[in-house]
Amino acid sequence: MTIREGTSQTTQQSLYRRMVLKAEPGPPRLRNAVMAFVSGGLVCMVGEGITDFWERVLRISHKQAADPTVATLIFLASLLTGLGYFDKLARYAGAGLAVPVTGFANAMTASAMEFKREGLIFGIGGRMFQLAGAVIVYGVVTAFLVGIITGIVRLVR
Amino acid sequence: MATKRIGPQTVRFDRPPVIIGAAAVAGPEEAQGPLGHEFDQTYPDLTIGLSSFEKAERQMMIDACRLALRRAGITEKPPAVDYFLAGDLLNQLITASFSGLEIGVPMYGLYGACSTFSEALAIGAKLIDGGFADRVLCAVSSHVGSAERQYRYPTEYGSQKKPYAQHTVTGAGAVVLAASGTGPRITYCTTGKVVDYGVADPFNQGAAMAPAAVDTIEAHLRETGRSVEDYDLIVTGDLASFGYEMAVKLAADRNLRLAKNYRDCGVMVYDLSRQNVNAGGSGCASSAIVTCGHLLKEMARGRLRRLLVVATGALFSPTSFQQGENIPTIAHAVAVEA
Repeated sequence: MTIREGTSQTTQQSLYRRMVLKAEPGPPRLRNAVMAFVSGGLVCMVGEGITDFWERVLRISHKQAADPTVATLIFLASLLTGLGYFDKLARYAGAGLAVPVTGFANAMTASAMEFKREGLIFGIGGRMFQLAGAVIVYGVVTAFLVGIITGIVRLVR
Repeated sequence: MATKRIGPQTVRFDRPPVIIGAAAVAGPEEAQGPLGHEFDQTYPDLTIGLSSFEKAERQMMIDACRLALRRAGITEKPPAVDYFLAGDLLNQLITASFSGLEIGVPMYGLYGACSTFSEALAIGAKLIDGGFADRVLCAVSSHVGSAERQYRYPTEYGSQKKPYAQHTVTGAGAVVLAASGTGPRITYCTTGKVVDYGVADPFNQGAAMAPAAVDTIEAHLRETGRSVEDYDLIVTGDLASFGYEMAVKLAADRNLRLAKNYRDCGVMVYDLSRQNVNAGGSGCASSAIVTCGHLLKEMARGRLRRLLVVATGALFSPTSFQQGENIPTIAHAVAVEA
């Protein structure tokens, strides 16, 4: 395949795009999957430990201990972000850290830290949700849709 | 009648402007790279003790200018140069403009994304050979912190980058051009055209820019009647390892053999196997610090005689790629001869 001057722009573009796609080094999928599995599992294990801890310390049920557990994980992820370790861990852990609530905490804290120089209002206030905003919007939309479907199913039954 | 034009894209200077001073300053990661010892000044951290990345980048550009002026023997304040040509990657060229405030001479701000370095050299050389200036100060900069937050994610955001993604080079390069003096001379410059080969992935700028580089190199060689072998070294600005590979392939398709005398500044500036930079460097500073810090010194040492600097730029903005547009690119070539 050759790309020469004179060929039309669209042909040139599609030929080049194909050439790039063929040569493009792909991400190490297997390694990323294994790392995500292991690190995601570790985060959940730590979470279970924290749940047990709150269950005993606060003398509440396992289900009730879920809320303080989420808060603790958010705190830890934000602390690691603030100390500059989270991005280094996430480089290897990938989805293992991004999918649990730790990823959400990192997205919020990283944005807040980044834009603090633009001030409290337009910086932290306005841009803290730059990355996490989409998660909230589509999380709420999904919850709403699932709620409606569940309601209808219950009505029909 | 434009007598200096030798082709649709290339001009030849009758009295080739001289590079009488150059300097490169670089950030911590660049200092740890294979060219670390070549830079005129390096900084131990990204903010260099200032309150923001933007202020740090500006200080780097001012430092590079100061060092280049000193090399050129210009000590007055404001410096005895007729124009200051500068550019960077930040919105509204804040690094260049705020540095212009400090430098205090007539200024033009330039934007050619990462191609700004050779753009500035070409325009500076034209101002001098055209008789509009005796001395011109050219400077460009980029900073990984300020560029990331503008183009991509906040610095502390954790994500996995693709293997062909690039790392913005932190640093600044400055050059003082003059009508006469001792030093290497700028003999030709070939102005690039904006091209779009259909790449839309903002993480794959190297592949997007490779066709622009090959187009400009091809035009340069055709219009000057030179061949690849006439140069001791041809360098592209910031294609990084994947873009380099694509450029070599594209050039081969057009019967240009870019081989052992062709390198890329984005690959040279880091140790790709040891440093966590994916495919290599990007940014205005990539071509600038490698040329000012390393290549011009190699010329002074007599190891290089003819050099072609082809800085490459991806002319997109976060708005354009979020709206699904392709990445238009450009490359400008400047021939430097000892």
